[in-house]
Amino acid sequence: MAKEQLAYDEFMKGLWRENPVFVQVLGLCPLLAVTNSAINGLAMGLASFFVLLGSSILVSLFKSYIPKQVRISCFIIIIATFVTVVDYTLAAALPVIHKELGAFIPLIVANCLILGRMEAFASRNTLRMSVADAFGMGAGFLFALVSLGAVREILGVGELFGIALFGANFEPWVIMILPPGGFITLGVMLLYFNWLEEKKNKIDKQLATEDGVN
Amino acid sequence: MTQKDPKLLIQPGPQLRQQMTTPVVMRDVWYALTPATLAGIWFFGLGAFLVLLACIAGAVLVEWYFAPEEKRGYFLGDGTAILTGWLLGLTLPPALPLWMAFLGGVVAVGIGKTIWGGMGANIFNPALVGRAFLLATFPIAMTTWTAPGDFFTIPSSLFALPLMTGVVDTVTQASPLGMMKFEHVDTPFIDLLFGNTSGSLGETSGLLLILGGLYLWWRRDLDWRIPVGILGTAIIFSLILFMVDADKYPGPIFTVFSGGMLLGAIFMATDPVTSPLTQKGTWIFAIGIGLLVVLIRVFGGFPEGMMYAILLMNAATPLIDMYTQPRVFGRELDQK
Repeated sequence: MAKEQLAYDEFMKGLWRENPVFVQVLGLCPLLAVTNSAINGLAMGLASFFVLLGSSILVSLFKSYIPKQVRISCFIIIIATFVTVVDYTLAAALPVIHKELGAFIPLIVANCLILGRMEAFASRNTLRMSVADAFGMGAGFLFALVSLGAVREILGVGELFGIALFGANFEPWVIMILPPGGFITLGVMLLYFNWLEEKKNKIDKQLATEDGVN
Repeated sequence: MTQKDPKLLIQPGPQLRQQMTTPVVMRDVWYALTPATLAGIWFFGLGAFLVLLACIAGAVLVEWYFAPEEKRGYFLGDGTAILTGWLLGLTLPPALPLWMAFLGGVVAVGIGKTIWGGMGANIFNPALVGRAFLLATFPIAMTTWTAPGDFFTIPSSLFALPLMTGVVDTVTQASPLGMMKFEHVDTPFIDLLFGNTSGSLGETSGLLLILGGLYLWWRRDLDWRIPVGILGTAIIFSLILFMVDADKYPGPIFTVFSGGMLLGAIFMATDPVTSPLTQKGTWIFAIGIGLLVVLIRVFGGFPEGMMYAILLMNAATPLIDMYTQPRVFGRELDQK
C-alpha cells in the first residue's frame, strides 16, 4: 500500500506539482516551436511521452551496468534509439504531422527535460518508480503542449483540433499563431501557475499557524 | 510615495514644497491632449469617443485589478492608467471594434506596465505596447481607416461581438501616409494641419497637437529636446531625400504633419519613464527616433513607422543612459 502511494505521488509530481513546463520551465524549444495548433502539440507531446517512458525503463534497468564516467553518452544513445523509432513511425503513419513537426522530432534527443529525468531520476531509482516518474513528467509535458496549442489555435484561427468554433465571422488573432503569441501565452500561463502556487502557500501558512494556536 | 504618518521627518531650513508630482503632471498631459482629442471626436463622430472610452476602461480595469488592495485609490489616483488608455485610444483607427480597443487597453497596462513592476519600472511605452499588440493581432482591422464623417453616425463595426470581425459600413479611405506610400498621392497641407483626413483618431490634427505640446513645454512637463530632436532630424532627413528625388519621396512638411509623427514626438517619446535621463542621451534618443521613422516610412514595408521607432529607442534607452552618465563632480572620467 505504501509503495502504491509513492508511485502515485511521483506521477502527480510530474503532472502538476513539478510540471516540467509550468514549474521547471524545461523543454521550451519544442514547446514554443510546435504549439501553433492543438493537434501538433498533441503529436509532439505523445512523441516525447513515448521517448521518455522508453528511455526511463531502459536506463532504470541498466543503471548498474552504465559506467558513471560515460553515463550522459549512454543516456543519449538510448534516447536517440527511441527518437528514431518515433521519427520513422510518424513518417510512416502520419506523414502530414511529421512534416509539420519537421526538425523538432529528431531534436527530442536534445530535450533537456528527458535527459534531465534520466540523470536525476531513472538512473537512481527502481524500475517501478522510474515508470511512475516518466508517466508523470510525460503527462505533464503533454498537458502543457496541448493546453498551449489549444489556446493558440482557438485564438489564432478560431478552431480546436481543426473544428471551427466560432463561425464565419471570427476575427483571428494573427499574433497567436506566430512566435510572439507562443511567448505571450506561455508567459501568461507561467504567471497563472505562480499565482496558484503563491495562493496555495498562503493557505498552507494560514493552516500551519492555526494548528499552532490550537 | 507620500506617507501619511512618516516615521522619519527631516526638515532643515526653509523648504519649498515641490509642486510637480506625478498626478499634477498627468493632469497637465490630460489638458494638453484635450484639444486634439475633441478634434478627433468632432471629425470621426461619437464612435471615436466610444473607442477612447473602451481603451481607458481596459487600462483602468487592469490597473485596479493588479494593484494591492489597500493602495488601489493611490494607483488609480495618479492618472497614469487613464492616460495610457487615452493615448492608446488616440493611436487607433476610429472604426475599430470596441472589444479590440478594450483588449488593447488591457494589454497596454497589463503587459506594458504592471508586469514590469508598475509605474516607473516599464521599459517600453505602455500605450505603444498595446498598439503594437493590436497591430500584430488584428492587422486588417488596425489598418482600416474611415473618412471623417457625420458626427452622430456610429460605425456598426464598433459593436461587433467579442472575437468577431467588425464589418465597416462607413466610407473607408486610405490614410495620407498610405496614399503617399502606395499611390504617391499628396494630401493638402491644410487638411493635415486641422485634421480633416483619415487616420488614427487623435493623430490627424497637427495644429492642436502642437498647441498641446506648447502648453506642456510652458508648464515644464516636457523635455523640449525630444520633440525638437525628433522633428528636426525627420525634417533634415526627409529634406535630403526630397532634394534627391522630389517625385519619389515625400517632402519634410508632409513628413511632420502626417501620421503619428506629432502625437508620438510630443506625447509618447517624451514619457519620462522610457526616455533617457541625461541631456546628451535625450538628444541621441530623439535623433534616433527621427532617423528610424523616416527610414521605416520611406524604405520599410509599413506606411507608418512612429510606433516602432519609439519602441526601438525605448529598448536602447538603458544603454544610452549607461554611456551618457555625466562625470561625478571632482572626479576623473574613468574613475567610477
